[in-house]
Amino acid sequence: MLDAVLRVIALVHKELLAILKDPRSRFSLLIPPILQCLIYGYAATYDLNDVPFAVLDRDRSAASHELLARLDGSPEFERAANFDRLADLKASIDNRRALLGIQIDEDFERKLYAGVPAEIQVLADGRNSNTAGTALGYVGAIVQQFNADWRSEHGQGSPSIEVVIRAWYNPNLETRWHMIPSLVGTLTLLQTLLLTAMSVAREREQGTFDQLLVTPYRPSEIMIGKALPSMLIGLLQATNVLLVAQLWFHIPFAGSFVVLYVVLSVFLLAAVGLGLLVSSVVATMQQAMLFSFMLMMPFALLSGLTTPISSMPRVLQWFTYINPLRYAIELVQRIYLEGTGLVQLLPEVWPLAAIAAVTLPIAAWMFRNKLT
Amino acid sequence: MSAEIMELSPAAAKRLRIASLVRKETRQIIRDPSSIAIGVVLPLMLILVFGYGLSLDVKDVPVAVVVEEASPEAMELLASFRLSPYFLATSVSSMAQAERLMLAREVDGVVRIRQDFSRNVYGGQPEVQVLVHGTDANHARIVENYALAAVGQWAARQAAEGKTMPAGAATVDERLWFNEANESRWFLVPGLVVLIMTLIGAMLTSLVMAREWEHGTLEALFVTPVRPGEILLGKTIPYFVLGMMGLVLCVLAARFLFDVPLRGSLAALTAASMLYLLIALAIGLLISSTFRSQFVASQITMLVTFLPALMLSGFLFDLRSMPLAVRLLTYLLPARYYVTLLQTIFLAGDVWSVLLPNAAVLTVMAAGLLLMTRRVMRKTLD
Repeated sequence: MLDAVLRVIALVHKELLAILKDPRSRFSLLIPPILQCLIYGYAATYDLNDVPFAVLDRDRSAASHELLARLDGSPEFERAANFDRLADLKASIDNRRALLGIQIDEDFERKLYAGVPAEIQVLADGRNSNTAGTALGYVGAIVQQFNADWRSEHGQGSPSIEVVIRAWYNPNLETRWHMIPSLVGTLTLLQTLLLTAMSVAREREQGTFDQLLVTPYRPSEIMIGKALPSMLIGLLQATNVLLVAQLWFHIPFAGSFVVLYVVLSVFLLAAVGLGLLVSSVVATMQQAMLFSFMLMMPFALLSGLTTPISSMPRVLQWFTYINPLRYAIELVQRIYLEGTGLVQLLPEVWPLAAIAAVTLPIAAWMFRNKLT
Repeated sequence: MSAEIMELSPAAAKRLRIASLVRKETRQIIRDPSSIAIGVVLPLMLILVFGYGLSLDVKDVPVAVVVEEASPEAMELLASFRLSPYFLATSVSSMAQAERLMLAREVDGVVRIRQDFSRNVYGGQPEVQVLVHGTDANHARIVENYALAAVGQWAARQAAEGKTMPAGAATVDERLWFNEANESRWFLVPGLVVLIMTLIGAMLTSLVMAREWEHGTLEALFVTPVRPGEILLGKTIPYFVLGMMGLVLCVLAARFLFDVPLRGSLAALTAASMLYLLIALAIGLLISSTFRSQFVASQITMLVTFLPALMLSGFLFDLRSMPLAVRLLTYLLPARYYVTLLQTIFLAGDVWSVLLPNAAVLTVMAAGLLLMTRRVMRKTLD
């Protein structure tokens, strides 16, 4: 037993050396996740600011100026141009100078005073309908405020209904708060999967795997020796992302670190299991990389990272139940933003343990059968 | 064989050399199941995942409506949420119950109609409280807008029935151009073409040269009469063909499976895609001949091509909202220009004032990258 432990330690040591000795591979393991975290923390946002809009104001009245001034004054909008002809307004959307085109008819102010609905037309560039929808939402909010103020200033009608909105766990609705905790799981899975799959494939390709086989190592010991270093590096990367989230982006951490690391360890066990499974079926590094990539793509896309799982069709929602990243993202978010404790998280933790419990024995079996 | 080549004119010999390199590379692709996987299986899988799986459209959001009084006004407001296609409303009687549902994430939002609601509708300040689960901010914001719309519809109905509702307010008449149906699939599927082109172009080729370096077979190639430029061509042509096959698959799926309109011309689409594919290939070759290690090359490729194409190209996230430093960075990314081209060609049409400048940037990038790749190759040969 002690022999086995010593052998595994030696193998882990050798493995860590192989990964960390080469400065280029050290660089590619440590720097990219931090860089990505920084860039995506700033870039990956569905929030908009400085939306360029073009205006065709046929009314040129005090009321229309007042409404447009509110758009100009908000940080979300920036006036790109004023036009006199509808064709020009349309052209500015066509060639992407403006995302929104706002058209105010000549009777706008008259209708407002007359107490009949005064319509303004908003054209939006739907090439990205999500962005357009968000921008239209902003316009709606500004117009609503304008209406409320107009009525109270001009003493029209009864006060309108006020809708008071509060968002839990993310009071300013910042996409970043959703994104960065998700990246803890995503970046770690990506690199752990690749690292594990590639490290075995490299030994196969260079022939050193055969040498490993003639040593007194048992297949399961070789597997542990390959799995542990990847898990350690995965934990290190998760820590890096967490540090960026807290020290750079100042996203408040609501939960417990002990719970987080326990959960991350289970998740990494599942990730390494998948990596070993890939490595047991491939012969070359190219295959290892491409196959882990083919696993990673659907995992990342169907995890709730970029689009909500609830908007997916039922069949694909079922698929997400075998997706470790789905659980990792949900778990990290709940621990990080909501401060949920381990007991409430168990329904999401046991599937990860199950994935590890399935992949690791299969990988071990494949190793043994390939070895003999 | 060499005697035959000696007799040929230099140009014919060159053609022959390139042809045999292409043949060798093609065989290697066909024999390796992983190349076929990335050339055919991956595009198909991505098409299905993107077309069916990804959607930013919000439908059937579970919300709890807390009705604290059973007045007709409150009931009608509840009906307004029940009738909305965007919500799956369940009514609960107490706020505590709603909060429990929210904590368990069984609902994504809570609408609270207070006891004094009907009294306040007639003289007072009526208030509806909306709580949204903010973890996914984008989702939350969409839910917020729909909640406002549902309340607005209720108010409009009340007004239509002649109740004392404020009239004479500015209303917004929205029109979504190019995507009238407001389907996120319409911009996700063209974006998918970018991802597939990047994958086939850069990922696959980034390993190719590095593998030859690791195995030492590139040195074996050096002693043959083959020139660096010819090696490059020999590596580029087969992967270019593979990439174009991926494009055909994507366009067919977009057009016939997902009914995404193609409002521009097929010629513009093909030309833009060929340009981008050349760039992706050149980046892959450049990375692999610079780093000469498959592991490092694969990591770098992922970092500089695929992830930026997903996150920084304007395909999912709006570029204008990014901070200046990140926005400047996006100008260096070919994917940014390609996404603009594709979204315009697919949804808006051949708008030359958009197509020409973006295509021009891609042409310059392609030329620059190909020259750089050639230089790196030549240097290593000396």
